[in-house]
Amino acid sequence: MHIYLPIAEISVNIFLILGLGGGVGFLSGVFGVGGGFLMTPLLIFIGIPPAVAVATEANQIVASSVSGVLAHWKRGNVDFKMGFALLFGGVIGSSVGVWLFALLRGLGQLDLVIKLSYVVFLGIIGFLMLIESINAMRRSRNHAPPKRRAHTWMHGLPFKMRFRRSRLYISALLPISIGILVGLLAAIMGVGGGFVMVPAMIYLLGMPTAVVVGTSLFQIIFVTANVTVLQAVNTQTVDVVLALLLLSGGVVGAQVGARVGVKLKGEQLRGLLALMVLIVCAKISYDLMVTPAELFTLGRGGH
Amino acid sequence: MMKILYSLIILLSVLTSANPATARELSVDLSEDVVQITAGFDGSELLLFGAADGMADIVVIVRGPIRDELVRRQERVMGVWANGAEVTFENVPSYYFIASNRPFEEFIPQEIARERQIGYQEMILTPKDDIAKAALDDATLGTFRDALIRVKQDHGLYGKKAGNVHFIGDNLFRTQLRFPNNIPVGQYAVDVFVFRDGRIADEHTTILGVQKFGMEAEVYDFAHRHALPYGVLAILLAAMAGWFANIIFRKG
Repeated sequence: MHIYLPIAEISVNIFLILGLGGGVGFLSGVFGVGGGFLMTPLLIFIGIPPAVAVATEANQIVASSVSGVLAHWKRGNVDFKMGFALLFGGVIGSSVGVWLFALLRGLGQLDLVIKLSYVVFLGIIGFLMLIESINAMRRSRNHAPPKRRAHTWMHGLPFKMRFRRSRLYISALLPISIGILVGLLAAIMGVGGGFVMVPAMIYLLGMPTAVVVGTSLFQIIFVTANVTVLQAVNTQTVDVVLALLLLSGGVVGAQVGARVGVKLKGEQLRGLLALMVLIVCAKISYDLMVTPAELFTLGRGGH
Repeated sequence: MMKILYSLIILLSVLTSANPATARELSVDLSEDVVQITAGFDGSELLLFGAADGMADIVVIVRGPIRDELVRRQERVMGVWANGAEVTFENVPSYYFIASNRPFEEFIPQEIARERQIGYQEMILTPKDDIAKAALDDATLGTFRDALIRVKQDHGLYGKKAGNVHFIGDNLFRTQLRFPNNIPVGQYAVDVFVFRDGRIADEHTTILGVQKFGMEAEVYDFAHRHALPYGVLAILLAAMAGWFANIIFRKG
């Protein structure tokens, strides 16, 4: 059964889109990441124009994040104060990102920048997380006590704030900087940015894993909402029909995923996420390096 | 008496105009005069019917609305494939399909093919700006031109090979026009040529509209005319769907 997408201007199989939404939504619920880093490449792969895929995915992540954050909120796993600090940076970063998106599209280098960003960020983060989770699993098997957090330059920064839920007393500049970076990625890569934010919160800020997932989802809601509106106004590439199909599958998947997620141990969760991130990274790297079957591409002219 | 004479004159004029020597020998009709893109649209097929003298050859050409097309060549830069040289062609038909009763190269002289742009060989594709024209030699421009046609064919927007025009009896003919699910909206020109002895004996142009209909059209219009409310509505829909799913699952 097919449905015609009014903004993407192509027709797609409804069940394929619902299935994609459900599958990626499940992973999003388990890991507390928006799932965009899987969904955006998949949408482009099935023939959705990249600009539409990026903008529409931002809209869909709003839904799966709202659904996810409510499940975490019930268990008291959202640090709102930290969330607002991250969000402050996120709004700045995503606004700059949408502007950069349009600039790169004009230069004809958007696709390359998107793919290279995926390779660099997924590669670094996936690798670091894998190492860390292997070490953590080894530690817990040996019953060795976890290392005490070292005192670094980050603790000397000004504007210190107390984040009670996260049991942290750190500079507000840290979550704001992370928010800016994540907002930038959200706009350019069509992701929520959870795959960068979650490890940054754990390893840079030292937040407890349980609070990290809910808090990152909270920030993602508003950053992706900002991206959706900016893209709708600047590029008219948000396809609500596609978004509604994706999120119908996505919200259900996210609910199931959130229930599975709480049953897994933190280090197992991180290990699995790391593997998934590295697989996507390897696939995109391979596509960048292998000689394409068709050396020429078409774009609409007129710039 | 005058009345009878008058009727005779009319009858006579009708008979003479029906004479094959002076009549338009070609008439054409489409099974539908508009392609409607609705929610369930997955490509469309139309039938083109016509009547012409059976001793002639028929060529049918369908062209979509023209626009500029940007062709980019991928080049290897430090191990990865990136967009390199690019050429923008102007007035490119967004859709092109040709059908004939036998290979059209056999009966169309080259100068007529060139004049009427029949077939990919004779399609006029020119770079948009003079800078691109000056910077590229003819051979390179040729590869970009070929690539444009090839990629369009891969997208299903240019026919890979010519379609068939079938004759039913001596002077009725028909052909099938296929439109893929990614066709651009706009006005399509359907040209039918009757060839006899290496020249165009008659021709006929029908305009075919391709347009979005119903909900699809309304969503598209709303997104373009009221971009900000559209964006806000998209967010609200998403937030409500997420919230709704949460309620359902809490109860379930």
